[in-house]
This record gives sequence, C-alpha cells and structure tokens, in this order.
Amino acid sequence: MNIYSQINSNKLKTWIIIVLFIVFITTILYVYGKATGYGLSFAGIALIISGIISFVSYYYSDKMILGMSGAKQIKKSDNPKFFRVVENLSIAAGLPMPKVYIINDSAPNAFATGRDPKHAVICATTGLIDKLTDIELEGVIAHELSHIKNFDIRVMSIVSILVGLVALLADFFMRSMWYSGDSDRNKGSGQTIFLAIGIALAILSPIIATLIQLSVSRKREFLADASGVLLTRYPEGLASALEKISSDKEPLEAANNATAHLYISSPLKNIKKHWFSSLFNTHPPIQERIKILRSM
Amino acid sequence: MDFSLILIGVAVLTALYIWSVYNGLATNKVRIREALSGIDVQFKRRVDLIPNLIETVKGYAKHEKGIFENVTKARSQLLKAETPHDKAQSDNMLTGALKTLFAISENYPTLRASENFKALQEELEDTENKIAYSRQFYNTNVKDYNTTLANFPSGFFGRLFGFAPEEFFEADNAEKKPIKVAF
Repeated sequence: MNIYSQINSNKLKTWIIIVLFIVFITTILYVYGKATGYGLSFAGIALIISGIISFVSYYYSDKMILGMSGAKQIKKSDNPKFFRVVENLSIAAGLPMPKVYIINDSAPNAFATGRDPKHAVICATTGLIDKLTDIELEGVIAHELSHIKNFDIRVMSIVSILVGLVALLADFFMRSMWYSGDSDRNKGSGQTIFLAIGIALAILSPIIATLIQLSVSRKREFLADASGVLLTRYPEGLASALEKISSDKEPLEAANNATAHLYISSPLKNIKKHWFSSLFNTHPPIQERIKILRSM
Repeated sequence: MDFSLILIGVAVLTALYIWSVYNGLATNKVRIREALSGIDVQFKRRVDLIPNLIETVKGYAKHEKGIFENVTKARSQLLKAETPHDKAQSDNMLTGALKTLFAISENYPTLRASENFKALQEELEDTENKIAYSRQFYNTNVKDYNTTLANFPSGFFGRLFGFAPEEFFEADNAEKKPIKVAF
C-alpha cells in the first residue's frame, strides 16, 4: 500500500467509526426515551450540557495541557536546531509557524496540540532533541505537524464530546430511574423490556464509547505517520526514531492518563501485553507502526 | 411523474458535482499561487543576504572578481525571473555560483574563521533548505491540481471552465547531471 492510499483508507476508517458512533448514540437515545417515557427532551438537555463542557475544554485544551506538562515556550535563539526543523517542515506542510515548546525531561517524546493550525503548538522533550539524529527528529516533527494538518485535535475533540454525551446520558438515565421508580405510571410490558435494555446500556455504553474513542485515536496515529512521511519523503527517519523512543525505558514524568494520547509514542510504558489491555491503548503497537513505515 | 423526479434528482446531483469540481480547482489554484509566493519569500531572503556576503568575502579575497561577478549576475537574474521555470533555473545558477564561492573561501583561513562569514554561511544554508521545502509544498499543490485535471470526469469539466495544468517547480534536465569536479 503506498502512502496516498494509506492516508485515504485511514481517513475513511475514521469517518466510518464516527458514523457508527452516531448510530450507537441514536440507539441509546431511542432505548432511554422508550424506557423512561420522557421521550427525547432529556437527551436534548444532556446534549447541551456535554456540548458546553466539551467546548470549554476544547477551547482551553492547549493551555491546560501545556500547564500540566510543565512545557516552556522557546525562541529561535534558545534552540536553533529544533526551531529550524519545525520552521522547515511547516513550510513543506504549508502550515503557519506553530509555537514551539520544550519540556525539560530526558525521556524522548513529543506532542502537538491546539484547536486549529493557527493556534498550534509543537512540544518536544529535551531528551528527544538530544538523543535523535536530525533525520529522526524531522520524522517525529513531521508526524506532529501532520496531527495539526489533519485536524486531529478537532476530530478527537468531537469524539470526546460524543463520549462525554454517552456518559452523561447513562448518568441521567440511571438517576431518572431512582426518582421515577415507584410513581405508578402505566408501564406496559414493552416498556419493561426497554427498561432492562436501558439499564444494561447505561452500564456498558460508557465503556463502549471509550473503546471507540481509543480506536479513533489509534487510527489517527497511523494517519499522522503516513502523512508525516509525505513531508519528509523518508519513512526510515520516523521508523528509526520510533525504535529509539520505544527502546528508551525511561517514563516521562510529566505525562499522565489524561495527556498520554497526545504524545508520539505512549509515554506511560506499561508492561502488560494482553489483548484486552491493548483495547485500552491510546497508541497502536510501535512494532506495527515501524513495520508499516518500512513497507512504504 | 416518478420519472421526472428522478431526472430532477440526477440534474441536481450533476450540478452539485460540477460545482464542487469548480470550487476544488479554484481553491487549488489559489493555493498554488500562495505556495509560489512562499518560495518568493525565501528567494527574497536569499537575495538579500548576498550583497552582505560579497562584501565580507571581498574584505579577505579581493582578487576573486570572476566569482563575485557570477554570483551578482545570478542574483540579478533571479530578481528578474517571472515564471516558475525561469525562477528555478536562475536559482540553480545562483546555487552553483555560491558553491564555487564557498569552495574558494576554503583557501582563505582568516575568512573561514570570521564570525560574520560563518553566520552568513549558516543563514544561506538554512535559506537553501527552506527553498527546497517551499518548492516541495508548491509541487504537492500542483500535483493535486493536475491530478484533478487529468482524471475523468473532473478533468473534462475543469477544462470546460478553462483550467489548464500548471507547471512543476523544476530545473531543466540538463542541470540535474552530477557536477563535474576538476582538481
């Protein structure tokens, strides 16, 4: 598979997942509406609340993340080598120059954030800049710039709005069960069935939604790998950078579960390798990414 | 009645398709122009660095007149160039002339040691890289645009609206030959 068809299939897969997600939410709404007898009015309220919460976190996400990870903005004179790589590749990608941040940590890693290319931030650890060669560094920065160019931050925010919505709906549903439990409305047997399905869904749906979110996240990593290579025209650079990053045993202290999905390679370095735990990974396995890169 | 509805549906879809082809091509064309001006920004930076470079080198190597002339000539040609093709060609000339200049500077240790010269050399190298990257961006856009024009049926409608394929930012084949090194 060449790079172009790789990008197309990744885009398509992301959209298929988002469409399935919407179908999933509609089904939940239908079941809850039937079960409570309220119809769709409570779904509307849940939508508005989750929309507001997600919009605020989306708008300020970059500031929160940068604050949490202890990153500092740099000028060109602070680190000309790293700054130039970002400058050159954003020219190649046709993006405005993003803000450049550095985390003072010897674990090699990098991330990009910002709600659109005009408010984008590229951040790398000092470990990444010191341990990688110029070509490997280019590969990593190209991957991060591709996240910006592909509007991954926006896609992931839309998905997290949907996940938040599912969780809120489940919560609302369970609460409305407690309060309307013994009011003697005329419940037909049809409603009882929906009630049972509704409770099962309320328990399972937040988990399912999170799994969908993580699988979108993994798809976007593959996409950023492929379109990053389109910028550097040199897959081996990113492949060997990923090898170096993954063989580095040091965990990144500044990262936590909330920010892990942003980094080029999962900063948490968990040891478990079970198929079930891999469902909860934010990143695809590095060996698979390297294999695909080497086949380009 | 059903048949006419289908006809209307088909007509609306076709109109939507043509509209999107037109908009896509028009957007691409704007992007190509923008990318070209991106290359020009880097050219301008490079051209602005050269008088300074020549002054610095002159201070140490006065009698290398031929080289200064070559560089100045290539520089003014780049300033005059209009089409992407001409620009690419005169940029290549300039690169060649600068290469000779830097090769000759090896003979002047005091020049090589000068901070000013080192800084200029680094700046020029950086500009050269940036030119390469902005060229790549330009060519990517041209490729997208030309692909739409080459495909059917988008290309058919595109040509109907007067869109013509754009030129890649490339030098002539003759200039791609490896440079002969004579000692």
